[in-house]
Amino acid sequence: MTTASQQELDDFRAQVSAWMKDNKPADPGFLLPQTFMEVGSERVLEFLREWQHKIWSAGYLGMAWPKEYGGGGMEPIFQNIVDKEMKRHAVPICFNVIGLSWTGPLINDIGTEEAKKKYLKGILSAEDVWCQGFSEPDHGSDLGSVQCRAERDGDDYVINGTKIWTTMGNYAKYMILLARTGPAEPRKYDGLSFFLAPMHIDGVDPRPIQKMTGEYGFCETFFTDARIPASTLMGKEGNGWKVAMQTLQYERGAEAGAAGGLMAVRTVVSDLIEELRHVKRDGEPVLHDPVVRDRLVQFLMEEKSLSLGERRQAHAALNSDYPWSLALSGKLRASEFAREMRKFAVSVQGAHGSLYVGDEDALAGGFWQRAYFNNFSTTIGGGTSQVQANIVGERVLGLPKD
Amino acid sequence: MINRNNSIRFTDEQAMILESAREFCRDKSPVPVVRALLKTETAYSEEVWQQMVDLGWSGITVPEKFGGSAMGFGSIVPLAESMGRALLVTPFFSTTLAAQAILRAGSAQQQEAWLPKLVSGTVATLAWLDGEDWGADNLECKVTTDGDQYRLDGVKWHVADAGVASLFVVITEADGAPALALVTRDSLAESAITPHTLIDETRRAAKVDFTGVTIEASDLIRGEQVDSALHEIRLLGALLVAAEATGSAAACLDITVEYLKTRKQFGKLIGSYQGLKHPTVDILIAMDSARSHIYHAASVVDDGPMSNDAEIACRMAKALATDALTYAGDRAIQFHGGLGFTYECDAQLYMRRAQWAQQQFGDSYHHRKRLASLLLD
Ligand SMILES: Cc1cc2nc3c(=O)[nH]c(=O)nc-3n(C[C@H](O)[C@H](O)[C@H](O)COP(=O)(O)OP(=O)(O)OC[C@H]3O[C@@H](n4cnc5c(N)ncnc54)[C@H](O)[C@@H]3O)c2cc1C
Repeated sequence: MTTASQQELDDFRAQVSAWMKDNKPADPGFLLPQTFMEVGSERVLEFLREWQHKIWSAGYLGMAWPKEYGGGGMEPIFQNIVDKEMKRHAVPICFNVIGLSWTGPLINDIGTEEAKKKYLKGILSAEDVWCQGFSEPDHGSDLGSVQCRAERDGDDYVINGTKIWTTMGNYAKYMILLARTGPAEPRKYDGLSFFLAPMHIDGVDPRPIQKMTGEYGFCETFFTDARIPASTLMGKEGNGWKVAMQTLQYERGAEAGAAGGLMAVRTVVSDLIEELRHVKRDGEPVLHDPVVRDRLVQFLMEEKSLSLGERRQAHAALNSDYPWSLALSGKLRASEFAREMRKFAVSVQGAHGSLYVGDEDALAGGFWQRAYFNNFSTTIGGGTSQVQANIVGERVLGLPKD
Repeated sequence: MINRNNSIRFTDEQAMILESAREFCRDKSPVPVVRALLKTETAYSEEVWQQMVDLGWSGITVPEKFGGSAMGFGSIVPLAESMGRALLVTPFFSTTLAAQAILRAGSAQQQEAWLPKLVSGTVATLAWLDGEDWGADNLECKVTTDGDQYRLDGVKWHVADAGVASLFVVITEADGAPALALVTRDSLAESAITPHTLIDETRRAAKVDFTGVTIEASDLIRGEQVDSALHEIRLLGALLVAAEATGSAAACLDITVEYLKTRKQFGKLIGSYQGLKHPTVDILIAMDSARSHIYHAASVVDDGPMSNDAEIACRMAKALATDALTYAGDRAIQFHGGLGFTYECDAQLYMRRAQWAQQQFGDSYHHRKRLASLLLD
């Protein structure tokens, strides 16, 4: 709820809309990422850094974060308006997502005064890129079993081990790092600690990995006797699992507090429908095909379900039987919906569906092909859909663990 | 055109209605009571219906001047959802929709003559389909003049609660235009009503033969407003069934989860197997979608003409809710194993309800087809 009047909100929206129109960057002539997980070159990074900096400088990012740390100190509704306008104007994304949406809210909630002063502003201004060091080659879904070690040595911790799928690891100044400081017995979750670790130090070596799309964006990160100050520990030693779980709640959109901004390029059913207006299949406009029509309507309904779910969450009385349902299933629903929708978007193109980004005849420059492929980053990253289904089954429905 | 109306308004007043309705339905309609009623002729408890009337539910959408409380059609959604959850059946839907027909199309005299009665518990129903399903626009049941009076010819199918209705609002055609005939029970012969054997045993409906029934001019509703009223009532009917189906899907989910938490095989609770766990999560997700849509629809329908957004909302709600229930019922049977295939297992109640609900006021494909025209063209 807000104390602002409707008139104020309308005026604000108009002002933001005008700003987006005036400041939307021109097409840079190179491929921009669809999400923060495809930032694969310096020039893309610098382009996005500049754009995010501009948005923040205009006062349109972190609007609900405290003023003293670079935020706007305003009610969240203003940021919501900005986010919607960004989507509407189809501007580039705010790429520093691990900072803006996960680490920032975490620091705001449980960080020390010192950490807030040190990190929050750089997250918003895009000066400091953040990455996340959770997954390891042998431990992904089973995150509690991670092995990367952090040994206390005087005022430092010494890190040894390997993290993988580190998005923007090669550009990041800081990493949220989950590492083992104690034994994995009796519970594997014990003995884990959480660090706000610097990356630009000796012994940290992030090596880019190419994705199935041919793009870059994540790394395998090797730690060899890397020394980080003990002051970078978040919470207490041995409490890392709890902090990591809180982080994942932000990552999966189950908990509020994010700085805002457009997190992914707009990929909505109505845009697909517009693209299809001139597409023919079987010698007929594809939008005349009853099967295609039916599928599109189903996608529109599902897409609306997601938006409506966000609204319904605000009414406790309408969520009384399974209060956590919408929050905990959101990531699963949204990512699986997008996967199905994008898969369909490719197949519906007929022969042209086989053209990829780079082919001048590809529909919308191959946007949907690329969007479908890249969507696996959301059904795998942040906890796979299968693991999400376990979480919903166990935590929402109360089903026994497997 | 794509619509972007995603509002959900739910007032404290509606929250109170929801809470008391849930409690009422749970108290009055535990499964043993539902099962006992299956075997009775009318399939509902007159006493419970009277209590609902006393609570004001029968008048909740009717203007105050006719004894109602004029809370808007949206306030029915929490009631219907609660009824569906408890499989509580009364002539509430039939009477509500008949009242809406009279409200939206009838004259002041017709409204004064009937609405106070319906608010106080007189049962009325719509007689709509003649042989074909919801996709058909032509009506075989026609009205012709017969001296000062009018004469009806035709048979209506799927007339809900026909056995107990005192008033039939017959959807008919006069001079090539749709019209409504208000036919009282006493103008029908006993033999005019042939009960259907319904797939959902909690409900009653019949085939009603109106051939040769004569009515006064004052009982015929004609005019342009009939067309739009019929359009609106179909959508409101779809929304009622959607809300009810959402409640039934939630209850079906509950019994399935309960079984998955108690039944053991291979030394483990069966709910620990992902082959069962994940589809059960899918039921939850489908039910959640349906619930978001019915409360959105409740927020955008109102007592006046149906907006484009409201039409879209009602159709989406119906398509999603009855699909959710169909899926829930189907999986509930499978996940109860051999027990699930028995009459004794409650899963069948939801499975049957699903098959019934799917066909009321248009199945999901029917609605998606119309949504395609509304959204894509
Ligand atoms: C684009 C992208 C970006 C990423 N960015 C980061 C990042 O920045 N930082 C970071 O730390 N990580 C990141 N990840 C890693 C991601 O979190 C892991 O890939 C994910 O948690 C899965 O782990 P895994 O790859 O080891 O797969 P595995 O855990 O080995 O899973 C393999 C398969 O088994 C299934 N499976 C596993 N366990 C179960 C179970 N209990 N029940 C049912 N099925 C199961 C999985 O669903 C999957 O299909 C990223 C991943 C991607 C794809």
